Amino acid sequence: MATPILEMKSITKTFPGVKALQDVSISVERGEIHAICGENGAGKSTLMKVLSGVYGHGTYDGSIVFEGEEVQFGSINDSEARGIVIIHQELALVPYLSVAENIFLGNERVHRGLIDWNRANADAAALLARVGLNERPVTPVGQLGVGKQQLVEIAKALSKEVKLLILDEPTAALNDNDSEHLLGLLRQLKAQGITCIMISHKLNEIAEIADTTTIIRDGRTVETLSMVDDGVTQERIIRGMVGRDLDHRFPPHDSVIGQEVLRIENWTVHHPTQPERVVVDDASLSVRAGEIVGLAGLMGAGRTELAMSVFGRSYGRDISGKVFLHGEEIKTRSVDEAIEHGIAYATEDRKKYGLNLIEDIRTNVSSANLDQVSRWGFVNANEEIKVAEEYRQSMNIRAPSVMSVTGKLSGGNQQKVVLSKWIFTDPQVLILDEPTRGIDVGAKYEIYTLINKLADAGRAVILISSELPELIGMCDRIYTLSAGRVTGAVDKQDATQEHLMELMTKERGPVR
Amino acid sequence: MTTAMGLKDLFTRNLRQSGIYIAFILIVGLFTLTTHGVLLSPGNVTNIVLQSSYVLILAIGMVIVIIGGHIDLSVGSLVALTGSVSAILVIRHGQPWWVGVLAGLGVGLLCGMWQGFWVAAVGIPSFIVTLAGMLIFRGMTLKVLSNVSLSPFPADYQHIAGGFMNGFLGGNGYDVFTLVIGAVAVVGYAVSQVRTRQGRIRYQQLVESMPLFIAKIVIVGVVVMAFMYQLSRSRGLPVVLVILGVLVIAYSILTTKTKFGRHVYAIGGNLSAAQLSGVKVPRVNFLIFVNMGLLAAVAGVVYSSRSNSAQPAAGNMFELDAIAACFIGGASTTGGVGRVTGAIVGALLVGVMTNGMQLMGIDQSVQQMVKGIVLLLAVAFDIYNKRRATAAR
Repeated sequence: MATPILEMKSITKTFPGVKALQDVSISVERGEIHAICGENGAGKSTLMKVLSGVYGHGTYDGSIVFEGEEVQFGSINDSEARGIVIIHQELALVPYLSVAENIFLGNERVHRGLIDWNRANADAAALLARVGLNERPVTPVGQLGVGKQQLVEIAKALSKEVKLLILDEPTAALNDNDSEHLLGLLRQLKAQGITCIMISHKLNEIAEIADTTTIIRDGRTVETLSMVDDGVTQERIIRGMVGRDLDHRFPPHDSVIGQEVLRIENWTVHHPTQPERVVVDDASLSVRAGEIVGLAGLMGAGRTELAMSVFGRSYGRDISGKVFLHGEEIKTRSVDEAIEHGIAYATEDRKKYGLNLIEDIRTNVSSANLDQVSRWGFVNANEEIKVAEEYRQSMNIRAPSVMSVTGKLSGGNQQKVVLSKWIFTDPQVLILDEPTRGIDVGAKYEIYTLINKLADAGRAVILISSELPELIGMCDRIYTLSAGRVTGAVDKQDATQEHLMELMTKERGPVR
Repeated sequence: MTTAMGLKDLFTRNLRQSGIYIAFILIVGLFTLTTHGVLLSPGNVTNIVLQSSYVLILAIGMVIVIIGGHIDLSVGSLVALTGSVSAILVIRHGQPWWVGVLAGLGVGLLCGMWQGFWVAAVGIPSFIVTLAGMLIFRGMTLKVLSNVSLSPFPADYQHIAGGFMNGFLGGNGYDVFTLVIGAVAVVGYAVSQVRTRQGRIRYQQLVESMPLFIAKIVIVGVVVMAFMYQLSRSRGLPVVLVILGVLVIAYSILTTKTKFGRHVYAIGGNLSAAQLSGVKVPRVNFLIFVNMGLLAAVAGVVYSSRSNSAQPAAGNMFELDAIAACFIGGASTTGGVGRVTGAIVGALLVGVMTNGMQLMGIDQSVQQMVKGIVLLLAVAFDIYNKRRATAAR
């Protein structure tokens, strides 16, 4: 084979307290589709950020060789100038600008200092045809669906004379049709000589499209598999990704299940800005004391929306349905009402919705239950610090003191602060939304142990997760959601990834 | 186990706050030199307090608004409106002074509720609501006053801002009563500090080392007594200073020690997280603006009393002085950060600068430019600090 288009050699990248990448090397051949696999937090995105210059030269160790010469990217502009374009999971398009404006943003078609709109739109139309997107260049991007926006991103990359296209979870938010189209497009681009690196969790897609797969685990390269020669199966990739038996990833736990604590009946929620869109459709579920109940579903299935709408109507509009606590109907019209009834919701996005990042651990821990440390409206700071200190020790939050600012903690420790905050409200029902997202493997185990402890204390736990192994390893029962509907309830002993996936992709709920 | 913190820890931990104190001391030192000591002369110290009083009062309310992530551009107009309402009742209708004061405060509360409603219930950004308020309240002032100034106020109304408490206990060349009040304040400060310290020790927390603790109280005591001594050698204790003292103490407690204060910081720090923690965000936002309206009314009464008139153009640009004071005093433009004491020192810093430049006979035009540059530098220093803090981790 010819010399590889890209070689990353012995890349090591450290964040405060975490070694995100350790001695990672990959080699990408010209014109291939190279998949990178690994669990959440394995270091895939970090590696791509190093490659694209988001983490500039000097912030990491190791070297990058692109087209035979060593490169040192200081910023994302440097890498784009060399023809390396990254398309992030969260698309970076401006919703109010047109398709053409987005494609040429920062790279405008200019004639004598003014934008030549005719040329811009004509060029955009040509690029759209190349990616197979049948939209007018003047349409605002915000009016397109996620799948089409993804194609606009690729058109944008093509406009920059891309040689190496990096796609971070390109199909995560897409439905099957759009995914199919995207994969077809990647094959076309490959035929045109564009090299592609694709990060994906969807192993079936990787098996279908990739030429080579590199597996990363806990910040290290595990192996590189040639998909064509070695006849690699999905199971083979999983073995590489996981690297150990499922049994050891989750602490052993015997549930002691008591009476029903929370029951939700016929819960329907509409989209906050598009009232005709039903996000949660007639969902019913229940959870008992000491039980860990999972909510499984693909992106857009309505898991978070269900949880947040129950938690004080924090999401959606035109909400209907009933909530029962210990068999009695309760109202949860506002967040403080929900908290008062003993419902707690730990958000999936702890930085955006969970923590006040500029404040210290103490303030965050007490923030949902200030009454407990207050009298006559006055906060007893000493009592508050004592409480926070107790949580710091019992939850093993690694920080010098409870006066440490939460924005400076690692993801795992931030998550422990969020959990402390909600446990301090002494909830009967704890809804944990992606509690291990973006957390390294060791901290995950700690979080799992904490969740088990919470259940053992007789609390009801609802666990929302995108990682099926996590749900299977932790939950006593798993509800599956598809397009806002509950499509099944699976007991622990019957739960397999295949079975759950089948229910999660089911179009219609069970006949009632 | 109780461990003690050293001086260095205290400063580095609170660089954001201590920076402003250091800047204040430097500015006072600078202008004392350039004015050959006139700056700190008894009469002038009294003057500085009186001159900056309304900006200080506004800054107290404004810093809460800013911590909550809002802004209030209407306070200058509101100062004018409340002062005018008061003047109409007292001067034109011959009502006693306290009726005027109450009416002014009432109007302030109502205007605060009006703005609070639009911010909290309707969800319009405070910038827009208070920009509208700035126009509306100024227009109302012109209407109420029929475009002419009203003056003079009766003596007892003037006494609010122009009056002094002195002579109660006699004294030769200096007012004993003023000194006694100063002493009471110092003792009160010392007692509260000792109690806080004991509480922290009881809960086994870090406290300053004993010598440092004593030094802190002694320094504060000496500064306060020196200040009071200068006042006592002039006209005694200004009534305004008493009003200010009460407000500063009350609002420091409100922001640092109450649930309401916590909720304000939480909303400014991360609105979504506050909402999802059960903070009643609309209620808190409403109260923030009601409070600002009330304090603007206090400033309005004080200003009308001090200027002994109600003028259509009163309070012009006061909002900007108050906002500048908050940012110089370490408040963050994005909300969630700030202190009442910081805003007070920020306002005093501007006050001392203005006064010092006036004493030196520096032109008004130069004064404005200097003020603008100080504001820029203060915020630049803040951003520099933040960057350094991020880089250090």
